[in-house]
Amino acid sequence: MNSMKNRIKYFVENFYLVLIMVFLYAPIATLMVLSFSGSKSRTQWGGFTLRWYLEMFESATIMNALQNTLVIAFASALIAAVIGTTAAIAINSMKPIPRTIIMGITNIPMLNADIVTGISLMLAFIAFGISLGFKTILIAHITFNIPYVILSVSPKLKQTNKSVYEAAMDLGAAPVYAFFKVVFPDILPGVLSGFLLAFTMSLDDFIITHFTKGAGINTLSTLIYSEVRRGIKPSMYALSTLIFVVVLALLIITNFAPHRSKEQ
Amino acid sequence: MESLIDLINISKSFDGTLVLDDLNLSVKENTFVTLLGPSGCGKTTTLRIIGGFERADAGKVIFDGQDISNLPPNKRQLNTVFQKYALFTHMNIAENIAFGLKIKNKPKTYIQDKIKYALKLVNLDGYENRSVDSLSGGQQQRIAIARAIVNEPRVLLLDEPLGALDLKLRQDMQYELIRLKNELGITFIYVTHDQEEALTMSDTIVVMNQGYIQQMGTPEQIYNEPENAFVADFIGESNIVHGTMIRDELVEIFGARFPCVDKGFGTNAPVDVVIRPEDIDLVSPEEGTLKGICTHLIFKGVHYEMEVTTPDGFEWLVHSTDMCPVGKEVGIHVDPFDIQIMNKPESEDEEAVGVNE
Repeated sequence: MNSMKNRIKYFVENFYLVLIMVFLYAPIATLMVLSFSGSKSRTQWGGFTLRWYLEMFESATIMNALQNTLVIAFASALIAAVIGTTAAIAINSMKPIPRTIIMGITNIPMLNADIVTGISLMLAFIAFGISLGFKTILIAHITFNIPYVILSVSPKLKQTNKSVYEAAMDLGAAPVYAFFKVVFPDILPGVLSGFLLAFTMSLDDFIITHFTKGAGINTLSTLIYSEVRRGIKPSMYALSTLIFVVVLALLIITNFAPHRSKEQ
Repeated sequence: MESLIDLINISKSFDGTLVLDDLNLSVKENTFVTLLGPSGCGKTTTLRIIGGFERADAGKVIFDGQDISNLPPNKRQLNTVFQKYALFTHMNIAENIAFGLKIKNKPKTYIQDKIKYALKLVNLDGYENRSVDSLSGGQQQRIAIARAIVNEPRVLLLDEPLGALDLKLRQDMQYELIRLKNELGITFIYVTHDQEEALTMSDTIVVMNQGYIQQMGTPEQIYNEPENAFVADFIGESNIVHGTMIRDELVEIFGARFPCVDKGFGTNAPVDVVIRPEDIDLVSPEEGTLKGICTHLIFKGVHYEMEVTTPDGFEWLVHSTDMCPVGKEVGIHVDPFDIQIMNKPESEDEEAVGVNE
């Protein structure tokens, strides 16, 4: 009787779990399967092929967009990491009430709808006479990446024993040397995960890029969007699959990096 | 002997709260000075001003005849041992100890010798390549001390370094610190709220309260001749009672007259009288200066702790190796030199200001 009950309970639990996984990942799985399908049909399996992947790598537009995406993701994440870490240090040394206020203000862009951020950035660029292009995408990405860096560096700073910095000064280190020698190694995992998070967010972004890019330049996401409007090519499935895998890999690294450094 | 550090008219406030008010303190070379007081008395702030981690709002810090008030910590010839050890966790023990020496560009062999010497001094030979995390709290504190002393500071500042250790370890470390101070021949300035620690280790104790120095002296002076009720109460247990100085060397407490050794308080002057619990002798009721009934008895190991209530309702705290059962009538006798007379403070403010005014 009891074992029957247990078996039913076990079945229901697992059924529920599988159901959630299907809802979450079925669309992506479909995309991935289709990216290897030999037929252009969206309903029929046309045999396994890597043709779409080859086509993707041979296309100059796609490779150009890929390069733009990676350069913007890397540069914006790097610059945001520097600005965000500096800001986090300043915020951390504030008194509690101003600190809470400033943290709230820096968090708003993260919660703000992308379309609002995108349109307002575009308007700002036009109002200040900055022509839309590569540099406006970069500036926009730095802007929305900074809060993610602040958010991942702040907890590390809070954990850091303040007297470590004072101890380094006490032993003769000048302030800058003391910071890089003893404080920075302590917050480095936070800076790295902030960088990776920012990199991922930048890779992932479509809406803000769409509004700030201007004509003549594409990142992967805006390229896919414009291609899809003209009719879907299977090489876009291949590209989307690739983006998904890269973002997934980065997220896994981001989530596991802090734990690993703690174990060392 | 010339003083090594002089604090002159130091004032400091945080967010409008006055923490130190016109503080003056001089520390002589090669002494163990303890700043003792309850939390919030300004002792740590005083230490941080000497170390350079806080700037005083007013006043000067003189070190070896030079004004160092505006020097940052890295330009001062003193080193600090912090309460939470503050070791660099991403470096091993040797790298921690070598930190200050590397900044001073000392030769490699010199640094190696110094690391060896310092580890020997704190009884942790062979720990060079250990990681900080693998050490216990007591060992980490020893490394923090080693890291400070390899720089050969003339003054070592210690901010409640034993606060996080358990009792047994704390006592061991107290002897270690005394030994270190004697071997190195440098000045220690030590901050603590633990009166026993202060009495055990110090050459000079500075008792502080509410930003003022209450009393400065040797442990014996502080314990046996407290200058006011705060010091008497903070350093060990004591009976503080209201008394009247009848004339020199005679004080009246609760209607009974006790001969004492203090002079110069005038005649019929109200005073505070301090009597340590271990200085009260319990005798037969006829022999006692005051009579009372024992109302409380606890065995403390080394001695019995008793309370004797006199007819006026005051409960005298008595420490003795002889037991007096609860309910028994006893006499209280105090030897003249065990009675400490103090001027009564006229207001609470004056109580805080203490001897500084």
